[in-house]
Amino acid sequence: METVCLNRSDDAFVKAVEDESGQRVSRCYQCGNCTAGCPMSFTFDYSVSRIMRLIQAGQKEQVLSSGAVWLCAGCETCTQRCPNEINVAGVMDACRHIAGRERKFGARAVSAFFKAFMDSVRFNGRSHEVGTMALYMLYTGRVWTDVELAPKILPKGKMPLLPHRIAGRREVAEIISRFKQGLSDPDLVRAGLDAQGKSAKEAVS
Amino acid sequence: MKIGVFICHCGSNIAGTVDCAAVAERASTYPDVVYATDIMYACAEPGQDAIIAAIKKHGLTGVVVASCTPRMHEPTFRKAVERAGVNRYMFEMANIREHVSWIGKDIEANTNKAAELVRMAAAKLRLDRELKPKSFPVTKRLLVIGGGVAGIQAALDAADAGLEVVMVEKQPTIGGKMAKLDKTFPTVDCSSCILGPRMVDVAQHPNITLYAYAELEEVSGYVGNFDVKIRKKATYVDWDKCTGCGLCTEKCPSKKSYDRFNEGVGPTTAIIIPFPQAIPKKASIEREYCRQFNKGKCGVCAKVCPTGAVNYEMQDETVEVKVGGIVAATGYDLVDWKVYSEYGGGRYPDVVTSLQYERMLSASGPTGGHVKRPSDGTEPVNVVFVQCVGSRDPSIGRPYCSGFCCMYTAKQAILTKDHIPGSQSYVFYMDIRSPGKGYDEFTRRVQEEYGARYVRGRVSMIYPKGGKLMVRGADTLMGTQVEVEADLVVLAVGAEASANSSALAEKLRISYDGYGFFMEGHPKLKPVETNTAGVFLAGSCQGLKDIPSSVAQGSAAAAKALGLLSRDMLDSDPQIASVSVNRCVGCRKCIEVCPFKAIQEVDMRGQPKAEVIETVCQGCGLCNATCPQGAIQLSHFTDNQILAEVEALCRF
Repeated sequence: METVCLNRSDDAFVKAVEDESGQRVSRCYQCGNCTAGCPMSFTFDYSVSRIMRLIQAGQKEQVLSSGAVWLCAGCETCTQRCPNEINVAGVMDACRHIAGRERKFGARAVSAFFKAFMDSVRFNGRSHEVGTMALYMLYTGRVWTDVELAPKILPKGKMPLLPHRIAGRREVAEIISRFKQGLSDPDLVRAGLDAQGKSAKEAVS
Repeated sequence: MKIGVFICHCGSNIAGTVDCAAVAERASTYPDVVYATDIMYACAEPGQDAIIAAIKKHGLTGVVVASCTPRMHEPTFRKAVERAGVNRYMFEMANIREHVSWIGKDIEANTNKAAELVRMAAAKLRLDRELKPKSFPVTKRLLVIGGGVAGIQAALDAADAGLEVVMVEKQPTIGGKMAKLDKTFPTVDCSSCILGPRMVDVAQHPNITLYAYAELEEVSGYVGNFDVKIRKKATYVDWDKCTGCGLCTEKCPSKKSYDRFNEGVGPTTAIIIPFPQAIPKKASIEREYCRQFNKGKCGVCAKVCPTGAVNYEMQDETVEVKVGGIVAATGYDLVDWKVYSEYGGGRYPDVVTSLQYERMLSASGPTGGHVKRPSDGTEPVNVVFVQCVGSRDPSIGRPYCSGFCCMYTAKQAILTKDHIPGSQSYVFYMDIRSPGKGYDEFTRRVQEEYGARYVRGRVSMIYPKGGKLMVRGADTLMGTQVEVEADLVVLAVGAEASANSSALAEKLRISYDGYGFFMEGHPKLKPVETNTAGVFLAGSCQGLKDIPSSVAQGSAAAAKALGLLSRDMLDSDPQIASVSVNRCVGCRKCIEVCPFKAIQEVDMRGQPKAEVIETVCQGCGLCNATCPQGAIQLSHFTDNQILAEVEALCRF
């Protein structure tokens, strides 16, 4: 294992995580409550508390290339239990976003599934399971994943082969594309949020 | 004689593994025993009442209680029997808890052993005699050894309450370690601003006599009447004439003396006033650096002194004082951190101790409060703090936690940011121990608000690299080895009992633990008393503690001393030795073994005889065991009484 040079803490990364999650990572005192309760921990390369520690030490590469940030299910058990009231799941989410922007996919199957799901929604305006599966197989090359479940589910009519498209699917696609634009430019998202807030306030008054 | 025996159940503590009723039944058959019973809690109010009622009903003249250790409740039961009109020394205790029920599970064996112990106690009781204490007058004066914050607090509290106080300080100024600190946690208030006025109070208090640069030479006597010899070390400056103007310290040509007060951060002169707020603010010459003493000529200070106070011929002087009580407040010293070669062992100038760092931070220190690297005088950017240097390390015989390093390190990290806003602190720690009021919040603030980077792990090595120091260690939370490039490394050096504390303990006849810390009378219930009557403890000499705790203990020691010295007369313990002149052959063996100098030789019609000084004798029994003639006997523990116990045990 490589020796970590603590002077080379990537402070810009720490700030980015803190800004996007709205959390202060320095508040974490490493009690390990998040790791203790995490139901996904068995799949993680770094436990949640270690991810928190790596962020504190500004170890961007290790955090962003970890599988853990992708495998986090976002169940928020960690957030619920954090004695310092850090939204740990939010921190994981922020790391996932930053990793996505930097095209670092520590758990490729997970990011591929996200993409397959969103693409399906973009095409149809809502999710289409068979389509999502097909895209997932296409993106990952894992053709046989869970295929054995199909004979049980198909007769029950739970997996229609053709998608049910909704009327406003173009508008849904636009939301997604706006979001993607925002991802590449966080300032835009923030500006958009501010504008929304302003208009909401105006609406109230 | 009519003996009553009471077998205590102590709830299930004793009754769980001892058949108390059976013990009582067997006890009723012992000689002179007229009444025996078992009792749920002998020490509780109903238990004591039952004992008193039995004494009255059966006309008992002696009582045996079989329960816990006499250290716990002997005084309780003595008082109880006294309330029923029986002399307190007509009472014996058998320890069937610590010596029986707690250490074995075999009920039959335990019951037998308990019955035997009761038999011994009853056999001894048959030879007990009524003893009456004598009373003697008390010297209403308190000696405080050590002028640190604990000693200052004890002295001021006692003096304010009207006691005369004599304070002895071995350094030329009082103030102790606290005077060296820049700021104090968790409030970051200025140390000398809060301590300084107290030091002035000591100097100006009409009830306090201060002997600075002095040491305790000898203590004799006993509680209420100690005779103390204090050696005033030669300062080579007549303090009655010295005005503290400091002219001598400016002109002294020997400018490379080790500055003890400033922990060697900068050099000083051979004639010094330790620091501007020193009490007393008087000059003294450090002989080993003085040209007059080393080369035989110089005399500059004597020439410049406007009052002619310098006197190279000065000798040590001994003063004798009589005091009624003593408070030991001798503080602590730093562990010798140079045993750690991994931290450079003193080879790298930019590796400093926490106390040296305090002097750097202090505006009245040698750097004027500017943090500079000792090697090149530049301002550091990356400062690494290493905690537990000489604490929690069994390999160097210091397995204990020093208790205050976590907190002062957090404070120093805050001060570093205050002094150098562009700096970055790193703190290597094992655990953060911050259990005081507002302490944990403080250690969080240094990380969250001041951005100090805390790294959980030890430092394995410090090595120089291109004018900087590389600090390598572990981050156990990250699970990796880490490295920091540092400009300055501050070692949070742990503390140990002050040098020669064991020698002082022997002079005061108090116990000390394996590390040299003085032993309190009871770890919970007698935290400031010692096992020697009239000697009290305050501050870190009893065990390491921070300023708030030291001050609290200083006040506590003063309160205990006041409780003792507010009485005009004290009762002496009658359990002391006495000599049968008919048997004494004047061999002097008892005089030699007595640790309290309580036996003297007297002349009786031309014959040398031993005589016990009743008020000095502590009743240890060494003389009794030593006397070849059986002439010197310890009341309440005579040879006959011990033999009666042995006989009760070895009947077969």
